[in-house]
Amino acid sequence: MKRHTFKGGSHPPHEKHYTEDKAIVKANVPDLVHIPMSQHIGAPCLPTVKPGDHVRMGELIGKPAGYVSAPIHASVSGTVKAVAPRVHPNGGEVMTVTIENDGQDERDTSFNSMDWRRQEPKALQERITAAGIVGLGGASFPTHVKLAPPEGKQIDTIILNGAECEPYLTADHRLMLEHPQDVLTGLQILMKQMGVDRGYIGIEDNKRDAYEIMNIAAQEMESIRILSMKTKYPQGAEKQLIDAATGRQVPSGGLPMDVGCVVVNVGTAYAITQAVTKGEPLYRRVVTVTGSIVKDPQNLLVRIGTPVNALLEQCGGLSEPAVKALLGGPMMGVAQHTLDVPVIKGTSGVLFLSEKEAALDEEQPCIRCGRCVNACPIHLVPMDIADSAAMDDYDGAQAAGAMDCIECGSCTYVCPAKRHLTQYCRVAKRHLILARKKKEAKKS
Amino acid sequence: MQMYTVSSSPHIVSRQNTPRIMLDVCIALIPAGIVAAFVFGPRAVWITVLSVAAAVGTEALIQIIAKKPVTIKDFSAVVTGILLAYNVSPTVPWWIPVIGSVVAIGLVKQAFGGLGRNFMNPALAARAILLTAWPSQMTTWAPPMSQNVDAVTYATPLAIMKGTEATGTLPPLRDAILGNIGGCIGEISAAALLLGAAYLLIRKVITWHIPVAFIGTVALMTWMLGGKDGLFTGDWIYHIFAGGLILGAFYMATDYSSSPMTRRGQFIMGVGCGLITTLIRLYGGYPEGVSYSIILMNIVTPLIDKYVRPRKYGEVKADEKCA
Repeated sequence: MKRHTFKGGSHPPHEKHYTEDKAIVKANVPDLVHIPMSQHIGAPCLPTVKPGDHVRMGELIGKPAGYVSAPIHASVSGTVKAVAPRVHPNGGEVMTVTIENDGQDERDTSFNSMDWRRQEPKALQERITAAGIVGLGGASFPTHVKLAPPEGKQIDTIILNGAECEPYLTADHRLMLEHPQDVLTGLQILMKQMGVDRGYIGIEDNKRDAYEIMNIAAQEMESIRILSMKTKYPQGAEKQLIDAATGRQVPSGGLPMDVGCVVVNVGTAYAITQAVTKGEPLYRRVVTVTGSIVKDPQNLLVRIGTPVNALLEQCGGLSEPAVKALLGGPMMGVAQHTLDVPVIKGTSGVLFLSEKEAALDEEQPCIRCGRCVNACPIHLVPMDIADSAAMDDYDGAQAAGAMDCIECGSCTYVCPAKRHLTQYCRVAKRHLILARKKKEAKKS
Repeated sequence: MQMYTVSSSPHIVSRQNTPRIMLDVCIALIPAGIVAAFVFGPRAVWITVLSVAAAVGTEALIQIIAKKPVTIKDFSAVVTGILLAYNVSPTVPWWIPVIGSVVAIGLVKQAFGGLGRNFMNPALAARAILLTAWPSQMTTWAPPMSQNVDAVTYATPLAIMKGTEATGTLPPLRDAILGNIGGCIGEISAAALLLGAAYLLIRKVITWHIPVAFIGTVALMTWMLGGKDGLFTGDWIYHIFAGGLILGAFYMATDYSSSPMTRRGQFIMGVGCGLITTLIRLYGGYPEGVSYSIILMNIVTPLIDKYVRPRKYGEVKADEKCA
């Protein structure tokens, strides 16, 4: 069997054994949920409720304030307690709707169930837009934007991302094992909506069981192929996945649609199925709560807005103090200073690291071993970007390709001198983006 | 309320680190040292220990004077010390390896900024200086203890092959592979060096690109041009195992700081080393050309790194974009 892969990358330990055999269970629904108005890339939503309002589960509480945005829905039924800025997992404070749960789970009925086979593409697209679907792999890009490429861009392939290359995380793995049909239906809906007759699902070969189950489920579907991919980080990065599946390279600075592809996470496909066939907007998702120091690590089906500390409590707490609490995996996850932050649409996992696991060594001089060069999935020379960035030479960093960096973390991971290469790249990118915005502002 | 540490991703790093890499190189060099001790006696060990001590001492001294953190625990000076000793004859007076190590660490490494900044392999640059300053001490060879031969007239196999400096019969190939021949302390036993090289490859400290390109080029070129009876009659097998080729190709040309970063660049460096080595061995003034070939390619390395860069993902020609 062909094992699809890409050039570059690294091999962090999988660490998936904590939760890969644990079936998804429903997380306890807390008394209070905190639902931020920004859970996606793009403009934050405007709250449509005010304190004292009664809301039903699935009811719209935040309406998009722009095209690149996605509506937000209540994840419980109850009374709005507050609409105020609150601590957000991606840093800073964001306008957040706090709802007191009445425990009734009274459903909002504005969305009906649909038979997707009988729907026009337009109706499917409208449902995906209205249900607030965003990429659940972590980037949280509004899915409906991907599904409406500009004039002249021909899409011929839809790829579901089941690579789940981040260590520790098993949410997508469990979803494929337990709901293969719903994942496939999501892909079929997307293919129908886009008028595409080629669908792939890419799965890393450390999830053989998921590959086999998906393969059996897709047996009758001629236009869908399940691809086994070599387990290598970052196989689940959009560009690397497209390369591995189709051999096409997204041009520098371009998007998947430039090579005729749309990439959607398997979790997103599942959410699309729920939205279309059950009329359920995106108000819950699977979250892997894990780490060697978590007493009872689990895959939980979590209502959006559930505070992270409630999840930890359900997982039995910690066996020794954690130094880091991450939302996402260890390679690209976002470190939190407090567990008071809520789960949002992009929260694929909650990972706790002990002092030993999170230890960051002091930087040593570069020994020019070239490990970062061979690990970079974009084939950059990370040490050159880092050297420029360290001297505040951001033009030099740009010339070395800083803007192409996908911040996957492979270079920092492999560096024997423990240099913070990815972090330098990130600093350079922020500076360059800021400088570009300033320039544009000056022009206009 | 507990506050957690916040930092920018990634949050985990591999266990590989600089001291571990350098220690691996030291470990890989041990078998060759053991063979040298058997073939040349305790003097080979004494020279090596002295060389390492001088290298580590020089590094510490310079860092203390410069008020920099002392980094002798990273084993990089130890590697330089061992390699320098392995590149001198076991007959050298004690002060030769000491001066060599001081030059290697002081002049070639620390003066240019320390670890990772040396533009030449420190041990080889120092050896070149020693060879120029004290040519007779550096080229007085000792026969293996097992042979009852006069040290003053003993010649290395490559010198015999060349036929200009020495004449005599070549030792059998088996002796050249196992190490029962004369030569520099660390270069005589190809078998011991290959054992260590296998360890380095398994531990992923080095990749095959430089050594294979280097040795392959020497083999091809000496086979083609090295014979006395015309083209394609050269004894390429003997050329591989006699002399410093194995030591140079696996342990010295692969020095991170002074070799290219990309695999393609490393391959080019290996081929370049092989060409220069063969030219010197067959047509140059010295019987052996491994060290000079590596030093010369060290100088070319920045140029290779400038022009041989990985092609950035997505950097495609316009007509390839929608293939």
